[in-house]
Amino acid sequence: MKYMLLINSAPIDDAGQIPEDDPCEIQKWIEFDKAITDAGVVVDSASLADLTTATTVRVNEAGERVITTDGPFAETREILGGYYVVDVPDLDAALDWAARCPGARDGGSIVVRPVGDL
Amino acid sequence: MPAMDDGAAVTAEAVFREEHGRLLAALARRFGDLDLAEEVAADAIEAALVHWPARGVPPNPGAWLMTTARRKAVDRLRRDKAYAARLALLQVEADRAAPPATGDELPDERLQLFFTCAHPALPAEDRGALTLRCLAGLTTPEVARAYLVPQETMAKRIVRAKKKIREARIPFRVPGPDELPGRLPGVLQVLYSIFTEGYTASSGPDLQRRDLADEAIRLARILHRLLPAEREVTGLLGLMLLIHARRDARTGPAGELVLLDDQDRGRWDRPMIEEGLRLVPAALAGGPPGPYGVQAAIAALHDEAADVATTDWPQIVALYDVLLTLVPSPIVRLNRAAAIAMRDGPEAGLALLDELAAEPRLRRHHPYPAARADLLQRLGRRTEAAAAYRQALTLAGTAPERALIQRRLTELEEPDEGP
Repeated sequence: MKYMLLINSAPIDDAGQIPEDDPCEIQKWIEFDKAITDAGVVVDSASLADLTTATTVRVNEAGERVITTDGPFAETREILGGYYVVDVPDLDAALDWAARCPGARDGGSIVVRPVGDL
Repeated sequence: MPAMDDGAAVTAEAVFREEHGRLLAALARRFGDLDLAEEVAADAIEAALVHWPARGVPPNPGAWLMTTARRKAVDRLRRDKAYAARLALLQVEADRAAPPATGDELPDERLQLFFTCAHPALPAEDRGALTLRCLAGLTTPEVARAYLVPQETMAKRIVRAKKKIREARIPFRVPGPDELPGRLPGVLQVLYSIFTEGYTASSGPDLQRRDLADEAIRLARILHRLLPAEREVTGLLGLMLLIHARRDARTGPAGELVLLDDQDRGRWDRPMIEEGLRLVPAALAGGPPGPYGVQAAIAALHDEAADVATTDWPQIVALYDVLLTLVPSPIVRLNRAAAIAMRDGPEAGLALLDELAAEPRLRRHHPYPAARADLLQRLGRRTEAAAAYRQALTLAGTAPERALIQRRLTELEEPDEGP
């Protein structure tokens, strides 16, 4: 069964500052990535670039493209920072990996969603 | 179809109720699908209602139902290949997870179902409903009535919960020893919330919905049989029995609420108290106590006392001190303050209650102003007591609770002497 682990960072502060990546934090991510990869459950994964680089596309009723850049400073909220797709036997196994992920700590959260089969 | 023999129907009904949870658990475990399990369990019951009156109840009704249900499931899966393919995949994984049981005895797989129904990935409000539906064998309309929600609403909630179990694949398994301490409290919480929901309806005219409390006790007994060494399960069953033993004394002739202090203790259920008391030592022995064990011990001290005056208040305060370290909640502090008032006098209790004035969780909790009112009244501060009763009156949820507070208020305001 495939699950997507959507990694949300902690809400950014009013000034729009994302806490500096400290080496200790990066080390935790490297260790987690190695553990989950070695377990042979990763189908796909990606870490997303900073939200300031994001562009949003909508197509309105007239069929015109509406492009917006969604600045990260508009409001305090969680931001999708990356994901893993894992193939594990059941939800408990997926939740266990989510709980081990450094992104679940320090105000961040992981949303675990089964991948739908079409 | 032969005419239904009433006796056999009654037997089948009793067997069904007893075996339903067990049957459903085994089928859910086998097929990994609660809907299919419910469907074929119902089919098997229906078949039993046709066959048993004519041929008699088989020597092992549970095994008969299981065999019939499995056969129905195979039929169902033959008709629907896509469904079968999906379930086959689940089955392979389920078998890999646990070797098939051998022997004639049907394995009791209800424990798995307890953990599935109380899974933290399900909405808290749905866990109790699902547990009643799957393990207590209540029908959806019965569950709806129990929770005082429209049948349609409850049906939707149960469908939604089952959909999540199926589609997010919440497993049918007992958590391993390392996970159990984290997961068991969730199961106990579900049972206790069914109990309290039945015991004190949070709204509406009837104070108690006893059948719901009875169901909670029945479920706790099953869980206790399945996990005899888990002390908090023992504690929870003990606590429920020691509280439920007072049920007849809790309401007066007109259905009015009677508080512990004023209850006719002769109407308490002695055999149920005895049963509860036997569980308390086991709940407290062999390690640090858990919150249900401590609460059971407090309930036991009340149940053992002949009246309020001879209740062992120092011991109750000591137990609340322990409980407070386990559950540092303002509700526990409120109850502890009331016990202190009994041990050291109303002044001491009131001082502790006033420390809780800023607690957000007590702001809408009517027992808080009611407890203050009681102590103020005992101190002769009648104006303040009346104000506190009036505040409690605005917060109380059930009609009997409001009536009790109103009665206290009226007594307070009646002048002792002539005008």
